[in-house]
Amino acid sequence: MAVATNSAGHPIDLREPSGWRRSKNQIMTILMWLALVIILIPLGFVLVTLISKGAGAISWQFLTNSTIPPNVVPLGTGGMGAAVVGTLEITGFAALLAIPLGVLGAVYLNEYGGNGILARLISFMSSVMTGVPSIVMGLFIYIIWVLHFGYSGMAGSFALACLMLPIVIRSSYEMLRLVPDSLRQGSYALGATKARVTLTVVLPTALSGIVSGALLAVARAAGETAPLLFTILTVEQTNSNLFSGPDTALPFQIFSNAQSAYTGAEARAWGAALTLVAITFILMIVARIITALFTRNTR
Amino acid sequence: MEEQQDQRNVRQDQEVLPKLDIPDTAPREIPTGAAVFDVKNTSIYYGSFRAVTDVSLNIHENEITAFIGPSGCGKTTVLRTLNRMNDLIVGARVEGDIHYRGASLYHKDVSPTAVRRRIGMVFQKANPFPKSIYDNIAYGPRINGIRNRGRLDEIVERSLKQAALWDEVKDRLNKSGLGLSGGQAQRLCIARTLAVEPDVVLMDEPCSALDPIATGKIEDLMKEIKSRYTIVIVTHNMQQATRVSDRTAFYSVLRDDKSDTRTGVLVEYGSTQQIFEDPHDSRTQAYVTGRMG
Repeated sequence: MAVATNSAGHPIDLREPSGWRRSKNQIMTILMWLALVIILIPLGFVLVTLISKGAGAISWQFLTNSTIPPNVVPLGTGGMGAAVVGTLEITGFAALLAIPLGVLGAVYLNEYGGNGILARLISFMSSVMTGVPSIVMGLFIYIIWVLHFGYSGMAGSFALACLMLPIVIRSSYEMLRLVPDSLRQGSYALGATKARVTLTVVLPTALSGIVSGALLAVARAAGETAPLLFTILTVEQTNSNLFSGPDTALPFQIFSNAQSAYTGAEARAWGAALTLVAITFILMIVARIITALFTRNTR
Repeated sequence: MEEQQDQRNVRQDQEVLPKLDIPDTAPREIPTGAAVFDVKNTSIYYGSFRAVTDVSLNIHENEITAFIGPSGCGKTTVLRTLNRMNDLIVGARVEGDIHYRGASLYHKDVSPTAVRRRIGMVFQKANPFPKSIYDNIAYGPRINGIRNRGRLDEIVERSLKQAALWDEVKDRLNKSGLGLSGGQAQRLCIARTLAVEPDVVLMDEPCSALDPIATGKIEDLMKEIKSRYTIVIVTHNMQQATRVSDRTAFYSVLRDDKSDTRTGVLVEYGSTQQIFEDPHDSRTQAYVTGRMG
């Protein structure tokens, strides 16, 4: 019982008084839980469907066999190895291009640019870039690169990097802004230069947030089909050379197999989708573990 | 920014003032050591706002100098010009002459980084880096190029001992500096400052967030290290000024009702005993006896 007694012996009611305030609290609590459930339903649905329909297709052969069979061929022949390799290579190279550039851009915006024209311009342009449809990025790279140098996995990486860049800049910038100024001052007071302050205090403090944002960008890029349509074309054999010749990737295979009416192709599309989700999931966990090791003293 | 506090009218009546309890051991006249800072006719601006007007004072070697005064009187501003921390504030500008050991502090060839390596600072709120206790202390030596592990170990131990923190943390040097209590964190920040063996340590209300026991520890520590360092401390706590400092500078706020601007001024500067027992200025007298501010 939340009833205490005061010195005179009269009971004091310490419960939240009934009335609008209490009702408001209850309504909001219910709404919050409701929102959580509404978010979880589609997420759970997608995952359950993916696993129930895709798990049957997954096998070692499916993941590694380097020949993607034609749509008519039933499940059990060939595999998605070419697409798995393509996705890893193309997304990996895109991350290599976009993450350092994006983080450096965010460092410039928050630490160096101040309120200058250039900083404001970059900030504005990166916001605009967030809104560019991914297919436009594909076409852009098609015009400025593919038309001159031909299809390649690298061209796909360029398109994906364009897509990732604004996300990385935006999320890193927000994380750098959260670093308390008192830490910068503490470092300056020890005679550190600006570059030192940024490298040894600001970036390490913001590291886990920056990694989260970068992962979000990688996950987003790994699932993109449209920018790849015009940049990597497609092949049925593993192309281990990222820098020349058409390539293929998982989202592309999901797209082309899911369009087909053959049961084998349909099963391959589900299998490829599950593979893509699993790759993203594993990547997230690995990055989290690495970040945790690096930042174990930051909290 | 410090919040500006309404300053009550200074009463001019001269009544007999109660003497403050200052130990007899405090020397009446302090022998003047070499001047570390020579501040002449210095005004400090933030943009067009004049925060402090026409400050002149000398700060002497191996002494503790206290800056006291009501909020908004510019004592922190003056402190931060002494190691060019105000350079980090956009629009901050210093007019006048500040010499540090004979060198003009605001000469165009002077590097703020080089200045801050000699003149360290401890802030009002403890700001340990989100690194291990060891890395917090080793931070300064490392940016000065010391990489040798054995040498760093020595510096970390010496600094933590100087800051009276060694016994409390020696078994958890690899734990995060953020896990320390308020008083420990502030002593960690002092140790971090001492690790680079500065010439001067500036302290901006280092005890304002600490309980009396932690405050006592830091005051003892200041008295202990003053033979090797010159210390300038900003404090709101007048008892603290009487307990630790050799000299006291009293700042106040000048109000211009016509343009509604306030600016800080240095009212009186002298030995701590003189400021608290025999203040020459009526404003100092009102402040130190608790009738104003």
